[in-house]
Amino acid sequence: MAHAKSSLKPLDIQRAPEGGEIGPVQSGWRLAFREFRSSKLAVIGVCMLLFFILFCFVGPLIYHTNQLSTNLMVTNESPSGAHLLGTDGNGFDELGRIMKGGQAALEIGFFAAVVAIVLGSLIGATAGLCGGLVDATLMRLTDVFLSVPFLFVVLIMAVRFGATVLSLSLLIGLFSWQVPARLVRGEVLTLRERDFILAARTAGAGNWRLILRHLLPNALGVVIVNMTFQVADAIIAVSYVGFLGFGLHFPNVDWGDQLSDGVLYLEDGYWWLIFPVGACIVLTVMALNFLGDALRDSLDVRLRRRLRGLIGGKAHIRSENGKTLVRGTRPHGPRP
Amino acid sequence: MIAYLARRIGISLIVLVGVSLLVYGMLHVVFPSPARAVLGLRATQTAVSAWNKQNGYDDPLLVQYMHWVNQVLHGNLGWSYANNQSVLSLFQERAARSVYLSGMALLFSLIIAFPLGIFQAVKRHSVGDNVLTSLAFVTYSMPVFLLGLILIQVFALSAHIFGFEGSQSTSIWVVMGDWHDMTLPIVTLTAISVAAYSRYMRSSSMDVLAQDYIKVVRAKGLPERLVLMRHLVRNASLPMVTLIGLSLPLLMAGNLVTEYVFNYPGLGLLFFDSLGKADYPTMLAYTLILAVLVILGNLIADIALGVADPRIRMA
Repeated sequence: MAHAKSSLKPLDIQRAPEGGEIGPVQSGWRLAFREFRSSKLAVIGVCMLLFFILFCFVGPLIYHTNQLSTNLMVTNESPSGAHLLGTDGNGFDELGRIMKGGQAALEIGFFAAVVAIVLGSLIGATAGLCGGLVDATLMRLTDVFLSVPFLFVVLIMAVRFGATVLSLSLLIGLFSWQVPARLVRGEVLTLRERDFILAARTAGAGNWRLILRHLLPNALGVVIVNMTFQVADAIIAVSYVGFLGFGLHFPNVDWGDQLSDGVLYLEDGYWWLIFPVGACIVLTVMALNFLGDALRDSLDVRLRRRLRGLIGGKAHIRSENGKTLVRGTRPHGPRP
Repeated sequence: MIAYLARRIGISLIVLVGVSLLVYGMLHVVFPSPARAVLGLRATQTAVSAWNKQNGYDDPLLVQYMHWVNQVLHGNLGWSYANNQSVLSLFQERAARSVYLSGMALLFSLIIAFPLGIFQAVKRHSVGDNVLTSLAFVTYSMPVFLLGLILIQVFALSAHIFGFEGSQSTSIWVVMGDWHDMTLPIVTLTAISVAAYSRYMRSSSMDVLAQDYIKVVRAKGLPERLVLMRHLVRNASLPMVTLIGLSLPLLMAGNLVTEYVFNYPGLGLLFFDSLGKADYPTMLAYTLILAVLVILGNLIADIALGVADPRIRMA
């Protein structure tokens, strides 16, 4: 997104040591972290995300509300001292309800992303390492899953098998592993030709050691970046499912569900039932997108060094022109 | 070019078979036999098994799948027991309306996103670029329904400019002329795509602007307008072709939610109604059609890219 110019000085590692001295070579991860910390987007994203995690999981411990029994004496009250964000059509405290809905959204988002990433990494790494027929088969499978519209399938399955935090996480994860699979495969394809893999092989490393100690740590950056986007997408998907009325069942609630309840009162002007929860969805997803973009940019720094190391200081990387080096991470393309 | 074409079509066919297997597999899992729907909920287990045997629903899975494929290829997409109507006729009633809504949204989003992306790339890090970037960030993170609700609140309930409901007419010509009711749905669906497209166009244009040939034509003294028109747009549009093909599922999901929010009786709303009625044949037929559309869209995008960019078909 907003492509922040690298705030770091050009990396010194490949420059000829003028005074005959060369600075300590920093690890790529440390560089990435430094770049990440200096990015404004990253800081904003992390703060927003931390705020929402605290708000949803610690908030209910401080702000006690009854989310189990309805209270028809206090329906649709406007915000007041007793109910900071008013009450909804069943007399539930709206602020407390947003916290409860946020727990579900964040949990499903996180678990779905984990499922998608684990599945995708496994399939991608297998395809990349084995090559040949296995690769072709797995990639066509990925194409098949990319062609089937994700939201529709998740809705059908949610209707058939019921929606719980677990089932929604599994469903969403099961239908969104395609992008990580492609990314990991691409990474593995470039990595497996590298000398250190050959060196490890020569030293007698088996396939598993190769994957766990050498391939995965090097592909980790791409995976982490994609994971933040996966969480964001899953939160949006859950809000769709909830909004259409096929989300979690009482006493659980999710943000989309709450919003669709609020829509009933759109003409009555009960804004507190719609806009706070809407803002929560947008801000959480935005925080995750910020985080993902910043992570991708800082990963660029790490990769830039890696490439420089490869090409020997003459690497012509046009980072200042906004050219993304890690292609395919997610160039703001389609969402499910 | 022929080899490229053959390869692309071959892959699409393989994927098509895979999609049909996946959709049939899902249909088999969620709705193995319509016996209960036909015989009623109180039918005995014996009657159900007899009906299954009679109608081939206890054949081996592969036979059932082949039968299903045969039917689909002959235009029989299944029977909607909830509506007591063939799925195909249900779709025929509503398809035009959905095509109109999605088509207009796609058209407008492209018309807006291309100049917007180029403008942002040329004037990058300016105030205008930053404002547009923030706007795109917000729209991009916003679920479609929320945007629709905000538009309804502002333009239909507060200021009575547009209707809060999509056109309910059964005639597609009336729908097309009904700007009062159709503006908000189209704007909603457009805004979501514009955010993604313009971001992509921006980064694609920035890539092109950094190329040496742009420096050369500038050094030659070509006016900036011509640099952009002749050299930038054509090259920067190439990645967009792929993106449009890839973003079809997004458009269809948006279409589903938009039709629901604006109660616009197209295919998306049909799908939503089927969800409530547990009308699985209709839902899965629609999923199949969408998947085929996505495959076709990607194929067309790839072929268009091959025609437009010789480098692609060489590779």
